[in-house]
Amino acid sequence: MTAPTDAFPFLSTLIFSPLAALVVLGLLRSEQVQRWWTLGFTTTAALFSLLLLPRFDSGTHAFQFVEHAAWIPALEINYTLGVDGISLLLVLLTTLIAPLCVLASWSYIKHRVREFLIALLLMETTMIGVFCALDTILFFVFWEAMLIPMALLIGVWGGPRRIYASLKFFIYTMAGSVFLLVALIALRLETGTFSLPATMGHPLGAGFQAWVFGAFFISFAIKVPMFPFHTWLPAAHVEAPTAGSVLLASILLKMGTYGFIRFALPITPHAVQEFAPYVMWLSVAAILYGGFAALAQSDLKKLVAYSSVSHMGFATLGIFALNSGGIEGATLVMINHGITTGGLFMVVGLIYERVHSREISAAAGIGRQMPIFATCFGVFCLSSLAFPGTNSFVGELLVLAGGFKISTLLIACVVPGIVAAAAYNLRMLQKLAYGGTHNPDHSKLLDLNFREIAMFAPLVIFVFWIGLNPQPILRLMHASVLNLVQQANPVLTQVAALP
Amino acid sequence: MNSAFLAFLPELVLLAGALGLFLAAIADASVRAARSITLVTAALVLIGSLFTFSQQIVLFDGAYRVDPFSQFLKTTLAFGFLCVGLLSGELRDIRGEAKPEYYLFLTLSVTGLVLLVSSIDLIPLVVALELSSFALYLLVPMRRERAQQQAQMESAIKYLMFGVAATGVMLFGMSYLFGLTGSTALPVILEKLPALLGSPLGIVGLALTLAGLLYKLAVFPFHFWTPDVYQGAANETASLIASLPKVGAVAVLVRLLSLATPDHATFALLLTTLAIASMVYGNLIALVQTDLKRLLGFSGIAHAGYALVGFVALDDAGFAAALYYICGYMLMVLACFVVICQVARDGTNVAINDLAGLHRRSPLLALTLLVGIFALAGLPPFVGFMGKLSLLTAALARGHLALVVITVINSAVAIYYYLRIVRAAFFGEGDERPIVIRLTPSTVALCVLLILGITALGVTPGSVIDTIGSSLASIRFPLPG
Repeated sequence: MTAPTDAFPFLSTLIFSPLAALVVLGLLRSEQVQRWWTLGFTTTAALFSLLLLPRFDSGTHAFQFVEHAAWIPALEINYTLGVDGISLLLVLLTTLIAPLCVLASWSYIKHRVREFLIALLLMETTMIGVFCALDTILFFVFWEAMLIPMALLIGVWGGPRRIYASLKFFIYTMAGSVFLLVALIALRLETGTFSLPATMGHPLGAGFQAWVFGAFFISFAIKVPMFPFHTWLPAAHVEAPTAGSVLLASILLKMGTYGFIRFALPITPHAVQEFAPYVMWLSVAAILYGGFAALAQSDLKKLVAYSSVSHMGFATLGIFALNSGGIEGATLVMINHGITTGGLFMVVGLIYERVHSREISAAAGIGRQMPIFATCFGVFCLSSLAFPGTNSFVGELLVLAGGFKISTLLIACVVPGIVAAAAYNLRMLQKLAYGGTHNPDHSKLLDLNFREIAMFAPLVIFVFWIGLNPQPILRLMHASVLNLVQQANPVLTQVAALP
Repeated sequence: MNSAFLAFLPELVLLAGALGLFLAAIADASVRAARSITLVTAALVLIGSLFTFSQQIVLFDGAYRVDPFSQFLKTTLAFGFLCVGLLSGELRDIRGEAKPEYYLFLTLSVTGLVLLVSSIDLIPLVVALELSSFALYLLVPMRRERAQQQAQMESAIKYLMFGVAATGVMLFGMSYLFGLTGSTALPVILEKLPALLGSPLGIVGLALTLAGLLYKLAVFPFHFWTPDVYQGAANETASLIASLPKVGAVAVLVRLLSLATPDHATFALLLTTLAIASMVYGNLIALVQTDLKRLLGFSGIAHAGYALVGFVALDDAGFAAALYYICGYMLMVLACFVVICQVARDGTNVAINDLAGLHRRSPLLALTLLVGIFALAGLPPFVGFMGKLSLLTAALARGHLALVVITVINSAVAIYYYLRIVRAAFFGEGDERPIVIRLTPSTVALCVLLILGITALGVTPGSVIDTIGSSLASIRFPLPG
């Protein structure tokens, strides 16, 4: 399953080069130079990660770019890295978002710039590490280590209630992941290895699987976050600085769904089969709850935060449909959400920098002075409501089609959520682009400068590129998804194997 | 004779250092001179124990055993001694006339611990334990008296009373062991003990013997002294009490329990109960503390409980995990105490709120605190995480699922009070014009050393775990006398 395909350690380079960049950062004096250096580095890393694409064989589900070394022999923990189609996409998303985060905080972060950039680089290391780790403990190390820079990002550079938000985020996530740790140790004792590929498909008793799945579920559901574990998310999103919100929305939330895909489905298939209906109903609840809660917000950031809950509901819905359409759709939703919601949080951050408020009413009619801004914003809003031709449409359509095979009733219940998404997005777009008759005075506001255009441009391109031509991305993950569906449906596989 | 002399080198260096300090104290030497002697002694002990790492010999008619196990711990203790020496500095909060004596008793206390990890006879074991304890009893009341700081005598007396009571209980237990086996030599006792552990008398004897060590480790219900002594003692003294004796206690616990190898449900149950009680009690009370040292005291009780999780497994993996964890704990808690000592320039106690804006007053101290606290909280990539991982793996391998689940719930609870510290140090802005804390080169070196140590032990624990594993294997082989 894991065969070395390339001699050059691509993944290690991607994971650990931010740490090297961080050392250089420590030596630079001027804040402007520090910003340019980090931007240059993260952009280079993004371009470097593109080198993976031509070398990746999308015809196989096997892990590629595999690196393997003994790490702690006494505990039989290894340093194993590798990506398949699903995790490759998430790695690319991470390297894409990182330079945009630097751009988004260019003028927003004014104090302790060096420390802020250090935290960003640490985040990049841990995030890529999570998506590449093929040893369960290595995964957990990256998964947990990420909490420290993220909590600092929120707690030091966040808004007025940043301390509350940071503590809540930290405690919630930590409370979930301690159970993950117990599950990983229990799996190690049952299967005799910490290796993730070796653990997948290992025959495990039904009762044991149920317990392990329970631990997985608590940990990943908090990270996603699924209803009713979502309460940390609005607080964290609202208080975090723009770059923090973008990282949270674009990458961190994906770790929860990625966890389900990488751990829960292949390792505990029987328990997944058993609990999938409940999880799907929880996903529907998240879609509805997130949608209607977003509808009621007057704070832009809160609105986008609740819409995140709703979108991630689509992702979990697709995953637990346990068919290839659902999982491909879910993976696409994960990528799309990273692009669209990341873009929306940048928009909100930009509004805050200009009008010093996140209230919709304070920014009403802002689009009349800022046409380029209004265009970008419009694109993200339409993408967020899954307008045909944008990226989200493809993802959500695949998820709904996948879910339809499971239960018509379930999908029927999603419909109000989709309507709500249209409502809150269009309301926000209308208010910000045009406003009413008594708009605040925005005549002094400047439209997007070159840096801000550079920040939005890649995301806008991806919105349409994935929306109009999703096939390359789907092809990239297709083999991995098919394999995952087989792993998650062991009964079907056995039946198919019969003569 | 030559090799015996060589094997005893670290102890001889320590005794020479103590003698030097004694003379310095008589001659009313300056605190600077006393500190220099202490630091040189600590460095020499560290070199000496590294030099004698591979020595294997039994000395003093079978009462004292030098093996890789004891030498590993002596190295650890010497390193901790060096850290405490670097951290102690000018001893701002110790009464002026007692400063040279302070270093004398510090050295004697470490001497006791170093002797303790090699003792394999009950009598030298008690003597070594008391040598380290009595020096500590004397260090506590040396703190200067001033307004709102008069608890040191009370703390000292509490420490002494509980200590003496625990020793009494331990001696009582030892008398049972002696009565049952007819010997005070551990190898003899432990050879005969497994057969006797079925009897209530054997269990009671061994359990009571453990009491003295559990007191040092501050395990519930022998913990009562901990918060008061941490709070009442000077910051430097508390840093010593919180770190080194725990390593010594765990080492002797390993010697006692590993040679007995009672794969024994009663013992597992007893240790499980103590571990759970310590964790739950320590963590819950720590939640509401405002004094930083007191908080670390309660967290220390909880960490003693974590260390016991390894002992519950009663096998080599568990003992190795406990040893690894407690060595890591020594570094983590020292990192926190460096910060306490530096933040309290005049030596007063430090409340959590006093840390406000630490990241502006001294970035290095703030980083040290961050690393120390997150390591205590058990986050990767620090040693606290790897330690906890190996403890949980060892316990779960023996099927103690309930204990493991309670342990992880406890570490989730503990996050809250650790985050309160981080919050004060990083999230608060503090005063408008913060008073910059200037660090001496030795403090900078110590901070860097501890940060690197905590991270390195967490990222590449392989060699240390291997060393502990092989040294554990060595304690069962008979050695030439």
